Amino acid sequence: MSMELRTSPHQHSGRDVPTIMRNVVYAMLPICAFSVWQFGLSAAALILVVTASCLVAERINNLIRGTSSSLSDWSATITGVILALTLPPSFPLWMGAVSGFAAIWLGKSLFGGLGQNPFNPALVGRAFVQAAFPTAISTWVPAFSSQRFNEFIPTSLTAPFMTPPDIALWVKQQGIDAFTGATPLARWKFENITPSSMDFLTGHITASAGETSAILILLCGLYLAARKFLDWRIPVAVLGSAMLLAWVFHLAQPLRYPTPSFVLLSGGLMLGAWFMATDMATSPVTPRGIWLYGALIGILTVVIRYFGGLTEGVMYAILIANATASLLDQFNQPRILGGKRGKS
Amino acid sequence: MRLPFLKRAATFEHGIHPDYHKETGSLPIRRLPFAPRLIVPLSQHIGKPAVCCVSVGQEVLRGQVIATADGFVSLPVHAPATGVVEAIGVMPSASGKMMESITIRVYQADSQAVQVSAPQDIDALDKQALLAAIQATGLSGLGGATFPAHVKLAVPPETPIDTLVVNGAECEPFLTCDHRVMVERTQDLIRGIRIAMKVSGAPRTVIGVEDNKPDAIAAIQAALPADGTITVKALETKYPQGAEDTIIYALLGREIPAGQRPAAIGVLVNNVMTLAYLGKLLPAGEGIVERVLTVAGPAVEKPGNYIVPIGTPLRFLLEQVGARSSAKEIILGGPMMGMTISSLDVPITKGTSGVLAFGKAQLPQETQRVYSCVKCGECLKVCPKFLNPSQMGLLAAKREYEAMAERYNLDRCFECGCCSYVCPSHIPLVQQFRIAKAINREKATS
Repeated sequence: MSMELRTSPHQHSGRDVPTIMRNVVYAMLPICAFSVWQFGLSAAALILVVTASCLVAERINNLIRGTSSSLSDWSATITGVILALTLPPSFPLWMGAVSGFAAIWLGKSLFGGLGQNPFNPALVGRAFVQAAFPTAISTWVPAFSSQRFNEFIPTSLTAPFMTPPDIALWVKQQGIDAFTGATPLARWKFENITPSSMDFLTGHITASAGETSAILILLCGLYLAARKFLDWRIPVAVLGSAMLLAWVFHLAQPLRYPTPSFVLLSGGLMLGAWFMATDMATSPVTPRGIWLYGALIGILTVVIRYFGGLTEGVMYAILIANATASLLDQFNQPRILGGKRGKS
Repeated sequence: MRLPFLKRAATFEHGIHPDYHKETGSLPIRRLPFAPRLIVPLSQHIGKPAVCCVSVGQEVLRGQVIATADGFVSLPVHAPATGVVEAIGVMPSASGKMMESITIRVYQADSQAVQVSAPQDIDALDKQALLAAIQATGLSGLGGATFPAHVKLAVPPETPIDTLVVNGAECEPFLTCDHRVMVERTQDLIRGIRIAMKVSGAPRTVIGVEDNKPDAIAAIQAALPADGTITVKALETKYPQGAEDTIIYALLGREIPAGQRPAAIGVLVNNVMTLAYLGKLLPAGEGIVERVLTVAGPAVEKPGNYIVPIGTPLRFLLEQVGARSSAKEIILGGPMMGMTISSLDVPITKGTSGVLAFGKAQLPQETQRVYSCVKCGECLKVCPKFLNPSQMGLLAAKREYEAMAERYNLDRCFECGCCSYVCPSHIPLVQQFRIAKAINREKATS
């Protein structure tokens, strides 16, 4: 009998990094499907191109560093899918590819790869293209156009390194009434008009590819929380603090500030709270750190939306909170069993 | 009507729920035959090794003292079988170290009844005499810690004990020997508790048993004395419920101040197996010559609980229970904290609570890929001591062992292994902590 020597424990839970990451991807598939149903071919192509560019960037990085392939840990896939969902459905595909490379290389590889990145790679990619292509990233198209499964939105197929064509005429031809080309957040900010909650739930709003149905995102997130693939405290803290702050503003000046439910349902808050703020590598691990981190995101989101120059604040809120994550851990080490109270 | 979700068993915070594999818990204890040769180490306890008092060629009787205790923190060793001393010298032991041992060739034709005993009236003995009598039984902690029983029970007057906690949690997967002893030797256990209470001066006793052993709880409940000084409490089935910190917290809601012993908060913890043997051996005035242990694991054909003579070589034991050729790893103790052995020639000692044989299928795959820490925080959610294994793992990778101890309470880790169990990146966290502790110790002494 040949004997193997090892040190305890001799059992393992069986849950590994690829399993967790794969399940996060599964949980995003319904959101992707909804996006494709709403926006048609362009959304499908955008999700595929951005994800593929992330995988290619990851693989190139493996080759440069001479390491074995890290595609099987599924983390690059997550980055790609999340990134695609935060982009406008009309986003030119070549710009999508640029954002994918920026996400992986600037957001992740530069710091040493899996688990080592301080910032959410998908948001780094989005921030990159927000700076590089400010027009394209704020060009919106109506959902449910009649020809969406037959033709691409004209901007999608822009030749690489070319400026996308103006699509105002194309949008007009779609014959969708009351389309303004602005997101609900922008309309609230500049025109003080808010759509009904029902529109948010059914996706009849102008938004990024994956941000239109708050209820679907919520369900997918709840699935991950129930299976313990994400930490439920983060979305609860993000949404709770955003709602609370919005509620205080709304109470003070109901005409000026929107209802808490509008804040909760609009823009990328729901997607960010469940799928981006919860990124393991870039969120704290200590209990108190987690609550503070979530609350920081919620508060920053509302503050940026209300007082900043941008209409949407989730992306920068999460990136700023990412930067504080390790510091939050440092100052909030849990009290050990039998340790002195009031001292970490 | 009692709502099941409202009645929660006592427990600690954090911890894990591994697969328990407690199938052997329903099998009665059986006796293992004597091996042709028994190897009895002189040091099976924490403290000074015993001093050999027999010579090669000498005949020994089962139960006879073959090595005497060397001072207070030491234990005598008794001959586990009638036979002849074949050799005295260094032999391999489970830890891998060579250890001074007495080899006894067993007389196969002998009845092997315990030949040497000195029955005594416990009620007539005072505390000092009781302590001496307990030391004479050679009893060490049978849960695996192997601290001499009498030393633990010798409570200094300046730190009085108000509660004796009896640990029947048996939270390690596979192990069921404590379970069977609670069911089959309940009277021994109660007697042992009485003795321990008398010696330690503890006015009350709480027995904690995990709720996956309802028959053990029922058996103890039925045997409890009417005066109410001894109670039994169901604990949630969760690992590591049976660690000192966790069981005290679960049963009494008290925390042991970091770095101190349970005595600091007036608690004494003893394992059920130790007390059951105390209750059996002390009145009879016998020494410990055998113990009940679990032999289990997928590579064992006849798993169960066996009475095994001290000194039985593992090779003999595994032949008796039919170890399959698929066995790849032999573990002494449980799968969470037990250690693997490199040789089947090592003997069963007083502290061996289980022998597990695992095949390749049960072991984490060799090819299992180690990913870098993704900071999922799972280890923080399971650590029963509320440590930060994630951060300590990152520091260990940078060899900052002192920072681990100074800033992250490395020394409070009791190596339960929950962090390694859950780590989705397969980082050998607790393994790194052991190394870090050893290096820090070495630095401190040099």
